[in-house]
Amino acid sequence: MHNLTIAELVQGLQSKKFTSVELTQHFLDRIAELNPDYNAVITVTAEQALKAATAADQRLAAGNAPALCGVPILHKDIFCTNGVRTSCGSKMLDNFIPPYNATVVENFEQAGAVVLGKTNMDEFAMGSSNETSFYGPVKNPWATDCVPGGSSGGSAAAVAARLAPGATATDTGGSIRQPAALCGITGLKPTYGRVSRWGMIAFASSLDQGGPMARTAEDCALLLNCMASYDDKDSTCIEREVPDYSASLNSSIKGLRIGVPKEYFSDGLNPGTETAVRSALAELEAQGAELVEISLPNSALSVPAYYVIAPAEASANLSRFDGVRYGYRCEEPKDLEDLYCRTRAEGFGEEVQRRILIGTYCLSAGYYDAYYGKAQQVRQLIQQDFATAFEQVDLIMGPTCPSPAFKFGSKGDDPVAMYLEDIYTIATNLAGLPGMSVPCGLVDNKPVGLQIIGNYFDEARMLNAAHQYQQHTEWHNAAPEGLV
Amino acid sequence: MNIERHEIEKLATLSRIAINEETINQVSQGLSSVLELVDQLQAVDTSGVDAMSHPLQANQRLREDEVSEINQREAFQGIAPDTEDGLFLVPKVIE
Repeated sequence: MHNLTIAELVQGLQSKKFTSVELTQHFLDRIAELNPDYNAVITVTAEQALKAATAADQRLAAGNAPALCGVPILHKDIFCTNGVRTSCGSKMLDNFIPPYNATVVENFEQAGAVVLGKTNMDEFAMGSSNETSFYGPVKNPWATDCVPGGSSGGSAAAVAARLAPGATATDTGGSIRQPAALCGITGLKPTYGRVSRWGMIAFASSLDQGGPMARTAEDCALLLNCMASYDDKDSTCIEREVPDYSASLNSSIKGLRIGVPKEYFSDGLNPGTETAVRSALAELEAQGAELVEISLPNSALSVPAYYVIAPAEASANLSRFDGVRYGYRCEEPKDLEDLYCRTRAEGFGEEVQRRILIGTYCLSAGYYDAYYGKAQQVRQLIQQDFATAFEQVDLIMGPTCPSPAFKFGSKGDDPVAMYLEDIYTIATNLAGLPGMSVPCGLVDNKPVGLQIIGNYFDEARMLNAAHQYQQHTEWHNAAPEGLV
Repeated sequence: MNIERHEIEKLATLSRIAINEETINQVSQGLSSVLELVDQLQAVDTSGVDAMSHPLQANQRLREDEVSEINQREAFQGIAPDTEDGLFLVPKVIE
């Protein structure tokens, strides 16, 4: 059952081939058996899951089942779940049990999905390797000495290891797409404002966006149908009708104009990755798409601009963790100042502290214009590059990351080496555009991702192209050895 | 770019993060490396370019000033480190 896609599971449940209780128990057994090898799931909600599955079976029997009724999923541990610990991968929130559900969690509940548990992640979503999690790193199911990518490494590894058919994730600078690429699955970061951020623990509010992970584009469409919604509670959410993302999956891509940015194929790109991405583009061309070379001249500025904007916003967002209202509090504070300073020094890990300090520096008196103001201007230039490109093309495609999964500890002590992992993904967050990653090959038996970038609210077109690619290729069906 | 000790101390105070003596050099190295990266921005000509705040130029929505939430003080205080009589407790501030 764990090799079936979500689309197939929905059919199987509705035609009574199996019940949601059987399905849920099957995935819970798999998590119990295999998760110790990967550390992808950090909270298992077996009892609640089986209860929800029983309720789902009743609705299925009554014939009034909503879209994802009885389908088991996992939530990234950044989404608040009522009564279930939501740690954000941090010691700071190790004891945090939210009294409410995130809108995304609520949407899945409405759609009848069954939540198996919560997935591991880089602390406060800050990282590209899952090495910053308080709960220890996640291992890549394709090669357990390698990282799964981050920050949504737990969700990606869980889907790759068939511990769940789909999972929620978030992406601030590549945190859905990069782990999807490194674990050989499909992941989509929607347009900024498409998915509600309410109850999703904030990292950089102008960049954060939730999205789905699954094995196929067809499944991502089903999950996005449920995740995307207008929400009064998120003031940056865009009031716009949610289309049926499944409806256009089978459209022909004949005549589709695909922009290929020359900057995404420069030095630093692994040759094997380049070959895999180029053959994916050739496959789409064979299906009738037209490849157009384009330029995104300010691409190289996206990493430096991001490392001003994201830490600046993080330093403001994370000021709420002060040991007073919830979360970690240090032992025996001698006064209020000591309570704040030690709670934050003991509760936050090294990378989170570094970003708070960087953000504080960039926002402090005398530096604001030179750093934050300047970065917001550069952000405008990056957005303009994309606007110009989308005058000539429908989608933009290239590699998701410079190389396949790397070994634990291999980026050394220099934080910038890790930051450059997101060199191809960050620009879309800065511009607010949707992006996805689709498996397109293996290099040394490790997956490679094709990145698809769309114009604002053009997720349906991206999913259509990805689905058509997957109709003619088998990379999305490749599985780590022993896991089929 | 090298960030000086007194600057680290100031940032630690502003951020309310205690930094101990043993790690201050390591913290300084990490910050210097990141600041070197972001200093690439200084070379960019951005004259006449507006700063971008929301990708879709969306404005904050306004709503009627009506009560929309119920009081959930007990639920919220149930997860607090220390409370008494509906108040959050912290170490004594005024003697």
